[in-house]
Amino acid sequence: MEIREEDGTRMGMVDFGGVLKDVCLAYLPDLEVGEYTIVHVGFALQRLDEESARQSLALYRQLGALEEEFGDHWGLAAQQAGERRPPGTEETMT
Amino acid sequence: MKYLAEFSDPVLAKKLVDQIHATVTKPWAMMEVCGGQTHTIVRHGIDQLLPDGVEMIHGPGCPVCVTPLEIIDKALEIASQPGVVFCSFGDMLRVPGSGRDLFRIKSEGGDVRVVYSPLDALRIAKENPDREVVFFGIGFETTAPPNAMTVYQARKQDIANFSLLVSHVRVPPAISAIMESPNCRVQAFLAAGHVCSVMGVSEYPPLAAKYQVPIVVTGFEPLDILAGILRTVTQLERGEHVVENAYRRAVTDEGNTAAQAMLSDVFETTDRAWRGIGMIPRSGWRLSERYRAYDAEYRFQVRDIDTEESKVCRSGEVLQGHIKPHECEAFGTLCTPRNPLGATMVSSEGACAAYYLYRRLQTPEVVSSVG
Ligand code: SF4
Repeated sequence: MEIREEDGTRMGMVDFGGVLKDVCLAYLPDLEVGEYTIVHVGFALQRLDEESARQSLALYRQLGALEEEFGDHWGLAAQQAGERRPPGTEETMT
Repeated sequence: MKYLAEFSDPVLAKKLVDQIHATVTKPWAMMEVCGGQTHTIVRHGIDQLLPDGVEMIHGPGCPVCVTPLEIIDKALEIASQPGVVFCSFGDMLRVPGSGRDLFRIKSEGGDVRVVYSPLDALRIAKENPDREVVFFGIGFETTAPPNAMTVYQARKQDIANFSLLVSHVRVPPAISAIMESPNCRVQAFLAAGHVCSVMGVSEYPPLAAKYQVPIVVTGFEPLDILAGILRTVTQLERGEHVVENAYRRAVTDEGNTAAQAMLSDVFETTDRAWRGIGMIPRSGWRLSERYRAYDAEYRFQVRDIDTEESKVCRSGEVLQGHIKPHECEAFGTLCTPRNPLGATMVSSEGACAAYYLYRRLQTPEVVSSVG
């Protein structure tokens, strides 16, 4: 990505997975080369926060980890009680 | 592209789906506001992976679909005038007005051009000082700042042969209108992430409190949507109704303040009719007094036109979540993306087009999967 001025407006080349596009950076005046951004109709509107992206993905990974650690509560409880699993939980068995 | 593949990971998707199933004990109906989210949901069959009774209602968040017929007819009128270069995003060319569309005007010799950005239209105006260049400014809070900047630049650079035909719409008043409609079934909202990238989240807590609905700011990839649904059903099951941000990587609380400042300089709020839905108070933006000279409706004095909506099309009911697209009799027969009867069949964000593209191909044996 490169950044330049054009008619007093900040413009930059943005790489969309290999396709380069000229984008207006006026709404993200402190965006720097190397950062990721959300682009809409030729305008950068918000920077993409890598740290938050990583945190979300880590959280989703954890969801499964818990389940693996403690097993399937519903299934276990139902089995012990000799009953059907509560509705809506049939699919949780991994 | 960074963080696109990661947020489509089928293994993580399965974990989220499992977690949703483990959370839900009752039927719930929630609306995804944004057409981009509708596209992802239908494309990946996310709605079919949810527990029985959990229903996704598709919202009116497709800018092409809700642009009022009257504005389309005004666009057609302006585009057919001699000396005019009419610039638009590609999707708008096929949207049926009363009897014709921009594509037809183009094939009949009108100078209708597809642009990628409003700045392209401004450049065309600079290069053609003897022509009147009009840009069709439609869309939500995401497209409004680019269009505002373009008008601001036209004024600053003194480009007098440029004008904007404006029909911008705002999400929060639409949420109010949906909640206040008599047969509303919506119990929660997935709010449109990109709109919030610009506007922040401050408009939503009063809505969540007033209508007692959870509102979860949600992104566009399959995992974003599943995470949004998980947070929503968690709130519903607990009887909570707060605003949560499940799209932190792109949405900050305050949004983009530079864009908001430009919006309030260039635009002012106005009542706006939404195609298929009707008038929603304070739901639109038009150019403010200081930019009136750049308003195509004034410049071309487009007279009041008699509009005529297709009698067959039920897109109004689709847009309000009363019917699903395939329940319309014309779906896939009289009405297809190549020959759309209604605006919801035009853009890939329109619910009818999304169902046509992805659902039509499915047979009962084919189980959809995420990823
Ligand atoms: S399928 Fe076509 S005619 Fe039917 S509601 Fe959708 S756009 Fe209208």
